[in-house]
Amino acid sequence: MPQHTFTLNGTQVTVEVADDVRLLWVLRDILGVMGPKYGCGLNVCKSCTSHINGKAFNPCAVPVSQIKESDEITTIEGLPATVGRELHPMQEAWLEEDVSQCGYCQPGQIMAAVALVRKVREEGRAITDDDLDGLRNICRCGTYQRIRTAIKKGESRM
Amino acid sequence: MAEQSRSPENPTRRRFLGYLIAAPTLAVGVTWAAGGLGEDAAEAAIPSPPQPEDLFDLGDLQNLAALPTSGLIAVQVNEDGTASFALHRCEVGQGITTTVAMLIAEELDLPVEKINVTLSDARPELLMNQLTGGSNSVRSIYTPVRTASAIARQQLVRTAAARWGVPENEVATRDGVLSHKSGRTATYGSLATAAASDRTIQVTVDLKAAADFRVLGKPHNRIDARDIVTGRKQFGMDLRVPDAKPCMVRRPPTINGTVRTVHNMAEVKAMPGITDVAVVTYGVAVRGETFGQCIDALRALEVDWRPGTVAGESDATVLAKLKKAQLPMAVPPLGSISVDAEFTFAFASNAPLEPDNAIADVRSDRAEIWSTLKVPIDAQQDIARQLGLPQDKVVVHVVPGGGSFGRHLFHDVAAEAAEISQKMGKPVKLSWSRTDDFRQGRTHPMSVSKVRATYLLGNVLTYEQRHASTETDFSHGLGEMITSTAAELPIAGNYSFAQTVFLLSQSVPYNFGVVTQLLNEIPLKFNTGSMRNIYSPNVVTAMELVVDRLAAKMRKDPVAFRREFLKDKRLRAVLDKAVEVGQWGRTMPKGTAQGIALHAEYRGAVAMLLEIDCRPEIVNRPIEHGVTGPRVTKATIVVDAGLPLNPRGLEAQMIGCLNDGIALALTSSLHIKDGIPLEGSWDDYFYTRQWNTPPEVEVVVLPPTSDTPSGAGELGVAPAFAATACAYARATGTMPTSFPINHGTLGFEPFPLQPSTPQSPTDGLDHTF
Ligand code: FES
Ligand code: FES
Repeated sequence: MPQHTFTLNGTQVTVEVADDVRLLWVLRDILGVMGPKYGCGLNVCKSCTSHINGKAFNPCAVPVSQIKESDEITTIEGLPATVGRELHPMQEAWLEEDVSQCGYCQPGQIMAAVALVRKVREEGRAITDDDLDGLRNICRCGTYQRIRTAIKKGESRM
Repeated sequence: MAEQSRSPENPTRRRFLGYLIAAPTLAVGVTWAAGGLGEDAAEAAIPSPPQPEDLFDLGDLQNLAALPTSGLIAVQVNEDGTASFALHRCEVGQGITTTVAMLIAEELDLPVEKINVTLSDARPELLMNQLTGGSNSVRSIYTPVRTASAIARQQLVRTAAARWGVPENEVATRDGVLSHKSGRTATYGSLATAAASDRTIQVTVDLKAAADFRVLGKPHNRIDARDIVTGRKQFGMDLRVPDAKPCMVRRPPTINGTVRTVHNMAEVKAMPGITDVAVVTYGVAVRGETFGQCIDALRALEVDWRPGTVAGESDATVLAKLKKAQLPMAVPPLGSISVDAEFTFAFASNAPLEPDNAIADVRSDRAEIWSTLKVPIDAQQDIARQLGLPQDKVVVHVVPGGGSFGRHLFHDVAAEAAEISQKMGKPVKLSWSRTDDFRQGRTHPMSVSKVRATYLLGNVLTYEQRHASTETDFSHGLGEMITSTAAELPIAGNYSFAQTVFLLSQSVPYNFGVVTQLLNEIPLKFNTGSMRNIYSPNVVTAMELVVDRLAAKMRKDPVAFRREFLKDKRLRAVLDKAVEVGQWGRTMPKGTAQGIALHAEYRGAVAMLLEIDCRPEIVNRPIEHGVTGPRVTKATIVVDAGLPLNPRGLEAQMIGCLNDGIALALTSSLHIKDGIPLEGSWDDYFYTRQWNTPPEVEVVVLPPTSDTPSGAGELGVAPAFAATACAYARATGTMPTSFPINHGTLGFEPFPLQPSTPQSPTDGLDHTF
């Protein structure tokens, strides 16, 4: 069985699993990292959103063999450590705005929000309403308005 | 704030009864549920006599059915100073655990953070009291939970008073600490054992008056929020049960189709990571090391299928049957003095974001199930029967759900997991795929609503509504409640259960003379179930569109017209507030407009004033794989929830309802073709997305209008749907008659029907940002 090595939330891990198994299942079923959620397995709902080398991506659509040894994967569990705190400012904003309802989409929403802030920063600008409109993450509980407010608040503290 | 010191014998208040239960630490059970019943019959300013919903709504019915057994719920005080309560309801995002923690905190004088609310396993002795639905949870728990908490506090006070040799009314409580003016203090934890009773005895207690509330009525954040944002909250598929390996099912190409033959069972069983393959009622189950390998395996199966229960049906055939089944109107069409309209509502999915899932560990002599279940007792009974086990040998754990919207009233996935585990002889962690959820999961069925209203000389003389729907399955056990309480209902005749639910949940809030609303259902074997707010979204949307039409015919402004004909003062109050805050009547560009709609149900009242933009530059915004269309740009929501317990949670529910209503009006539906929905994912079943949702939303929670809380989790869907539709009609000058408005165009390329679950993509790294 092929072995796959990469960095997960700051720690190097090695898993033995067939090449084409999507990273989401490697994280959840083999490594027991349950923050990224399965909502479609089709790169549509975005509830599995995590980071690869700091950028948002959807592990349900990436075979584990495409992950290189030098790649750093961050899931919601590892997000606070990226800023060396107990909670990332975006998570704090989420708490202050009491965004969550059922919560199923929220790890993915937060990971997408953090990546969006980084992206517009690199472009030398702040988040606009159009940027928020462009977020594809589904929230079937319809928490969209509080998500928008929380992202702006989180952005101001990042 | 002053410390709480309450006289135990205040004669001016109602006393409530409970039990000190024999237990190692202080435990209080309640045997008597009060409140919530018959709080007010609508004042019914005739000409329209009150309809059944005005007198007695669905929540009341559930409260009534809850009466004899509510007593078995218990609040416990622990040695570490915390309190615990196993809630006999399901948390699916509606915030019930937070509200219950607030109820306990209020009467126990303990901080909310020190209260652990867990979800109770199925408890058959609770009978129908263990049902989460009809927005009744808070309404039926409000008094019992407070009573148990107040008795616990009273017992702690008595224990401290006895120990200190002081009168009870000199002992104060605050934040989990008892104190006396002499300076003595004790924590709840330190007295938890001393306060325990060695036998079960009956006690009575006073409850706080609403005016003295310190926790209830103030905004509170969710108690599970931190677990959610850190990824620690555990949903069904996050649980680790020994040897419960991932499991999925290859499903038929039509709803409820069955397996004729499987050609390659052995080959598939030998695939990498796969441990078992078994034929089950509606497909072929595979169990393996990862869900990804289960998807590979189920796709590799070669299966011949028998047709399902609605194999020949499509949107058009169902619609034709519904139109034929429409009950006749009493009043003939009267040309210039009548408004006639007919509305079609497409099939809609109640699928939450978390796909249906369950863990089952079935042994020869017992079984254990984990799933999100709103009627766990019903699930336990059915699964026991199915497995051939005594009911008490089936343990059913209730897991918090990633949404429900009606889906978890049924236990289809739990029963299927049990079947698979029994057949494989191993524990399984079964997940439906996203596509299974849309194609084989329950739907809110198609319906047609016909309305005829007549008017003369400034009066509306008659309002008739005939609602024909594909049968909605209510077999989740509510039926028992109805049969046991039907005699007490103020309705005559032999109504079916669906008709009873319809009558209890619907009413026309306007003085429209002779009013009748009737339901007829056609027996088609789709997998159906209630969806958030059941019949109301469709029925109310039809009504509010006709109200706008009547107003136009009678040359009146929609708001002025509603104000003139409304019979309920609470609805008038929310209307007036919405008109003021949302600036009704402000000048808006052509192609944009406001719409307003009202709804009263679950003893609450809501007005929504929305603004919509139907200009081509908005309608045709290009979004890849996304539906755009008209956008609701602004929403003002005013809610009267009787006694709002947690305004912050209430506001969240209203926002959720708003987004549901927008989806139902504009974008979300199932297209049935040859016995199955075409929708297979979220870019097909088009629930509201960020680019569809209004950037500007204001929710106004009115101050208390009652001394009991109303239901709130569903209250806003109907008015959101109706207000969106009314705004659309005003912006475009055309009254829409088919919903959602984009149902006529299929905006996506359907996934193939077979294999039943599409393969996951491999190009994820090309789409990073
Ligand atoms: S599960 Fe990955 S995008 Fe839906
Ligand atoms: S909070 Fe439930 S899906 Fe977003």
